[in-house]
Amino acid sequence: MSQSRTNQPRVGIIGIGQSAFKPKRDDASYPDLVREAVVLAMAGSQLEFDDIDAIVYSLSPDAMVGIGNAERLGVDAVGGRNKRFLRINTGGATGISSVAAAYYHIASGASDVVMTAGADKVGECGDSQTVLNKIWDPIYERPLPLGTITMLAMSAVRYAEKYGMSQEDMAAVVVKNRYHASLNANAHLRKTTTVEEVMASRMISWPIKLMDCCPQSSGGGAMILASEKYIKDRNLDAVWITGLGHCSESYYIGDRMGNDFLADHADAFALSRSFERTYKMAGITDPQKQIHVAELYAPFSNTEFHSIEAAGLAKIGTSVAQLKEGRYTIGGEIPVNPSGGTLCTNAIAVTAMIRVAEVALQVWGKAGTHQVKGARVGVASGNGGDHQFFGTMVIEA
Amino acid sequence: MELLKRREAWNITYNHALGETASWFYVQIRDHAKIYGRRCGETGRVLVPPRAFSDQTLEPTTEWVEVGPGGCIETFTMVYEPFQGLPDPPYAFGYVLLDGADTAIGGFFKGIDLADPAKAAKQMALKTRVVTKFAEVRTGDVLDFWFELEAN
Repeated sequence: MSQSRTNQPRVGIIGIGQSAFKPKRDDASYPDLVREAVVLAMAGSQLEFDDIDAIVYSLSPDAMVGIGNAERLGVDAVGGRNKRFLRINTGGATGISSVAAAYYHIASGASDVVMTAGADKVGECGDSQTVLNKIWDPIYERPLPLGTITMLAMSAVRYAEKYGMSQEDMAAVVVKNRYHASLNANAHLRKTTTVEEVMASRMISWPIKLMDCCPQSSGGGAMILASEKYIKDRNLDAVWITGLGHCSESYYIGDRMGNDFLADHADAFALSRSFERTYKMAGITDPQKQIHVAELYAPFSNTEFHSIEAAGLAKIGTSVAQLKEGRYTIGGEIPVNPSGGTLCTNAIAVTAMIRVAEVALQVWGKAGTHQVKGARVGVASGNGGDHQFFGTMVIEA
Repeated sequence: MELLKRREAWNITYNHALGETASWFYVQIRDHAKIYGRRCGETGRVLVPPRAFSDQTLEPTTEWVEVGPGGCIETFTMVYEPFQGLPDPPYAFGYVLLDGADTAIGGFFKGIDLADPAKAAKQMALKTRVVTKFAEVRTGDVLDFWFELEAN
């Protein structure tokens, strides 16, 4: 499976660093946290800072970390002096967009070795929903109390109506991912739970309850990518990005419902388009058979269902039943979010990068206690805005 | 060791220009309590809230079309958690397809007892008919109008 399906040289992942994600990191300033992940990734890659040609800095909205253009404060932590340096921000998709930008630096021939890194301290923000409300149009939509929770609660209402999804079904996602997170030392929420406990947690935004929501995490992430030639010339250990794609969706939520809408707010239509592009590039024709593991960006329990379907791991409307049968649990047919996923850890600036990193670790056989046995081909995804920006990747050993 | 923190609050003011299309829309709401959409000349779709161009055809919209005041619920949520800078809970809001419109517009749902969320959710089931209500004193803003169940 590791042979490229096109004649293009491949881009490999040679180093991964991630923090143990926590609610607060009072022992580390923002650049300290970036540095923590960078040091781990550098150690894994067996390279020196001088070997890195370019930096792609992964940083979502400034207001979340409370520092304007915090990439300035991060530039020293990544060893950025005298190097090509770009900041990427596509909201929740930032981390996977950053890996993609690193990939393109190499695929274009501009660089041989690129680092992407960043960190977030969401818990230092007094109210993240106040910041996230500002992603809506100040003229028509912002006066409504829209936030990431309410927007996806309204997606859940439509999904439930269209395909049949109960609050207990949503709770089953939480139970699965909390179990997975309990096996992952880097996850933020590591306590296992039950459907009853999730159902008893307080209602936040119907039908989303407290335990259906991701936490606000602090931590850093870093990855080092290199060209196939560089990796082979130096005999480095790598896993390969064999497909990547993106797709965006228009802005207004109300355009995804009504008469003759193209994309339903229930679904992640542009995410499925992104996966189609990625699968075409990677030569994946039957994802249900060819994909062994998935790390799908799903910050609220209900969103995991439409993400699984958009990834082609289940037919539309069938993932609810399959999840309850254990198909997506470690040990099942296609484990989804074996790390515990975004639902158990969300340090926004690097969350989608960690999806890629975790899939890379899985196909590399380095995922440790949450390793999916025999995984050789995996997929990762990231979502930003309200269904605005999607990025997807296939990673192979 | 003792770990210190430094507190900061951002309080930044903006004056967002609405532009010609949204300005006309809000003047009609403010002065006449009427809601209008913009028709796409190519497809005939009526965009509500109105925009100067269609996101699908990328062509300028061509005429104003009055929509509502009746419509149906396309989605909703009820919020029970307080968030800084947002209204006191509980409150309900969602998206409504106004009669004559092809896209849905957001607004608060008022006049529904939210004490029992499951019961309230049934009352706001998709396609439930609602009617637009207008504030007595209107300033030309999204909050000049809201939706109530037609049956009430």
